[in-house]
Amino acid sequence: MSKKSEKDNGKIHFTIDGQEVEAEEGWTVLDTARHYRIPIPTLCHHEAVKPSGACRLCVVEAKQGDWSKVVISCMYPPWEGVEIQTRSERVMNVRRWILEMLLAECPAAEEIRALAAEHGVLDTRFKVEDPEEQCLLCGLCVRVCEEVVGVRAISFGSRGVHKHIATPYMVPNQACIACGSCVTVCPTGAMEARLERVRGDIAERTGHGFAH
Amino acid sequence: MKQEGKDIDAILERYPEEPRYLIALLQDVQAEYNYISEENLKLICEHLCVPVTQAWAVATFYKSFSLEPRGEHEIKVCLGTACHLKGGQRLVENLTRDLGVQPEETTPDLKFTLDTVNCLGACALAPVAVVDEEYQAQVTSKKLKKTIQKLAAE
Amino acid sequence: MARISTAEEWGHRLESVDALESYREQLLAERDPDRPTIIVCHGTGCRANGSPKVAEAFRAAIEAENLDAAVVPQIKTTGCHGFCSRGPLVIMEPSGIFYEKVKPDDAEEIVKTTLVEGKPVERLLYENPNTGEHVTHHEEIPFYKHQERIVMRHIGTIDPRDIRDSLASGAYKGLAKALSTMKPEQVVEEVTQSGLRGRGGAGFPTGRKWTTAIKAAERKQEPLYVVVNGDEGDPGAFMDRTLMEGDPHALLEGLILGAYAMGAHEGFIYVRAEYPLAIEHLNIAMDQARELGLLGEDILGSGFSFDVQINRGAGAFVCGESTALFTSIEGRAGEPRPKYVRSAEEGLWGKPTVLNNVETWCNVPLIIENGAEWYAGLGVPHSTGTKVFSLVGKVNNVGLVEVPMGMPLNDLIEKIGGGVPGQDHFKAVQTGGPSGGCLPWELRETPVDFDSLTRAGSMMGSGGMIVMDDRDCVVDVARYFLRFLEDESCGKCLPCRLGLQSMLQFLDAFSSGKGSVEDIEALKSLARAVQDGSLCALGGSAPNPVLTTIRYFAEEYEAHIRDGKCPAGVCKDLITYRIDPDVCTGCGACARSCPQQCITGEKKEPHTIDETQCIRCGMCMESCKFGAVVVE
Repeated sequence: MSKKSEKDNGKIHFTIDGQEVEAEEGWTVLDTARHYRIPIPTLCHHEAVKPSGACRLCVVEAKQGDWSKVVISCMYPPWEGVEIQTRSERVMNVRRWILEMLLAECPAAEEIRALAAEHGVLDTRFKVEDPEEQCLLCGLCVRVCEEVVGVRAISFGSRGVHKHIATPYMVPNQACIACGSCVTVCPTGAMEARLERVRGDIAERTGHGFAH
Repeated sequence: MKQEGKDIDAILERYPEEPRYLIALLQDVQAEYNYISEENLKLICEHLCVPVTQAWAVATFYKSFSLEPRGEHEIKVCLGTACHLKGGQRLVENLTRDLGVQPEETTPDLKFTLDTVNCLGACALAPVAVVDEEYQAQVTSKKLKKTIQKLAAE
Repeated sequence: MARISTAEEWGHRLESVDALESYREQLLAERDPDRPTIIVCHGTGCRANGSPKVAEAFRAAIEAENLDAAVVPQIKTTGCHGFCSRGPLVIMEPSGIFYEKVKPDDAEEIVKTTLVEGKPVERLLYENPNTGEHVTHHEEIPFYKHQERIVMRHIGTIDPRDIRDSLASGAYKGLAKALSTMKPEQVVEEVTQSGLRGRGGAGFPTGRKWTTAIKAAERKQEPLYVVVNGDEGDPGAFMDRTLMEGDPHALLEGLILGAYAMGAHEGFIYVRAEYPLAIEHLNIAMDQARELGLLGEDILGSGFSFDVQINRGAGAFVCGESTALFTSIEGRAGEPRPKYVRSAEEGLWGKPTVLNNVETWCNVPLIIENGAEWYAGLGVPHSTGTKVFSLVGKVNNVGLVEVPMGMPLNDLIEKIGGGVPGQDHFKAVQTGGPSGGCLPWELRETPVDFDSLTRAGSMMGSGGMIVMDDRDCVVDVARYFLRFLEDESCGKCLPCRLGLQSMLQFLDAFSSGKGSVEDIEALKSLARAVQDGSLCALGGSAPNPVLTTIRYFAEEYEAHIRDGKCPAGVCKDLITYRIDPDVCTGCGACARSCPQQCITGEKKEPHTIDETQCIRCGMCMESCKFGAVVVE
């Protein structure tokens, strides 16, 4: 960022929706908002793993004078004097469209339906491919498996509209230790539905991979 | 098109055992064998100390890698903007019908693979197709059909 | 790889700047400027049109002619001359006679008439389509006359596979000057003062990027990397391919200068997999430069060391985005990351990294050799220098052109491009590739520079310029670019992965006559959400073609939606193929080509198409020699 942040003991002063706030050094806008209990919706964010900026629901508008930019609060570092708006017209436009598209992408996810309803999005005009789908490809499962468990049993396969969560060659991965972390961090029920395909039949395991 | 490749070890030895050479190694194996078999993918991973998940993610992310054997002949139609304006899409549709496969697919007899490419940078030749690495400038469906018939008869 | 015999005779590597200059003088002294030379363009376009066979035919013709030793010409294969639609191109030196569309069979006549008798072969000369006159010399052809070739100055005259040819025409002069007379910070200052802006798309000031990286490397006490972005992915653009293929040493020299200025010792050139010839020529150039001591340890005895490696792309447009390009070099799937910390500070392996586009690096030696002031005098104040464009689509002279920044759009298309075939003027021009915008004829006076194009809702991008005429449908074009980007999206962030696909659903509906005028407003709103919400520039700029076509061609959208008509006759669901009975000769070629077998008619009688069976594949139109098949 070109804007200079003047720091007082490393603390940064700025506003969120007009409220004056103070961020510790290293905090993101989202960290600060949560500290002050200002709600910002997220789907791909989890304290246990590094942020990735995939779901974009946590967008906020950063302003100063005539300058303004829509940024993601989960990664944006606040700077002295910036005005953050969590519910501006541009912000809500991004969130509402994402939620409407998610209703078509993963219509079976209760959590997303509830979040969409909170934003006044009750229906979708877009094509539903799979009415049973719950996964939004936020990648939390992949990140927790790599960063926390240290196993890397799953990854993204392919790209773009064909992107999916999978094990190599779509066969159960012997590396999986069946710890269930992926299921725990999943914001919807998607990973629970996929777990069998990742770890396979535990009874047939030879023990390899359980050494962790 | 090469079917029988060199010993994989000779290819592996071209690169130091560092994860950064994953893409280069996959490219060399793809070029040599025409595809990346599960066995070779695992050998690459062992050589570079890369988890299979990462190599598989990379191999499925990039368009130039194929995890399945490709056809003996490769027909690549350019769909860059200039080619699009001059009917590239129609070439693909007609080839799809003639060959009975969709783009990125291989005919069951492993004779042909149909592919599209997002601009070869040969826009003055639009529409362009590349058949077995040979550029065909200002190509028509009729010419392509003849080429296929000729190759099929070989 | 071919070794350079002269260098070996010379003894070994060039140990100093003086050694380089005396080697250059020796090379020049060995050359006879009057020696006949036949230059055969070997750019990708001419190659595909058969130029290697033309060169071969020349060799055979010369041998057969039993020429006097003094007349035996040198045959030189060069990079792209830019005038690709006229290939294969042949230039005779020293006379400068220019031949177009040369076939192997023409070689004999050229050798006899031009080489031996010194006369031009009239039928192979360029014919001015407006006056019908033949033009003998290449600099008189309008396509070349209005250009200002600076970055491309050597392309087409040098053999890119021979460093001696490059040295003889002045390569590495800028490097010699910098190493012998300039401190690194002076090189940075010169680039900053020149006003050079990144040629890859966004137009970020190059000097400022370099300074940021230098400061970050000092602060963090980390190495700094220099990287070339040669992942030219925009469909309809081939500037960088031509530069890498035709003058690889200009790129290397620019990169070495940058490395010297910033104290980098390791560099990477990331080249698209679709450009095998560029990779080959770069590899040859790097080997030859290393052999002469222009690259590697202790460059020209200066104590400065720098080396570079090539990374081949693997087929992913998104890797043209800086952070995705870095992850690709690191050996992972090319997914971008948010850039709240600039890549100049945290780039490749988290280290300060300067990534510049091929054309940007190629400008650097020019700036150092001729000075910032000279460079800043070219172009317009906030867009200095020249820009290379690939002029393609519905334009007479398809090819690569270099002009000073700020030239009006219309001059580019009319004067250099020679206008639109069969029509008075263009309908629209897409600049900036899929991330750019579609500008209408009404904006033809727009100066082509970074800021003017952005103001018009488009962008400079890397320099693709796609000309469209009345037979091109803007809804179809917008749909084409969106589909392209949907296919190339990495899929990481939702506004891009879902947004492009959802925008396409709107456009698919429009192109089949469905949807409502309210849907256009909804599409605009969604487009803004995609712009604001996307992680990287791929998604962030993807709505540009849609938004500009709606802005400038609203009535064409409405014609699709309200009237169910595609005025340009492109959108398949809204058109019908018909045979004009007055023109049809009843030859039956269309009926034989029809895959649906839905064309019938008696011999020598007008044929008809059964519309209910027609799949609009266009085979009949392609096969009709009389133009009797029409689209309505």
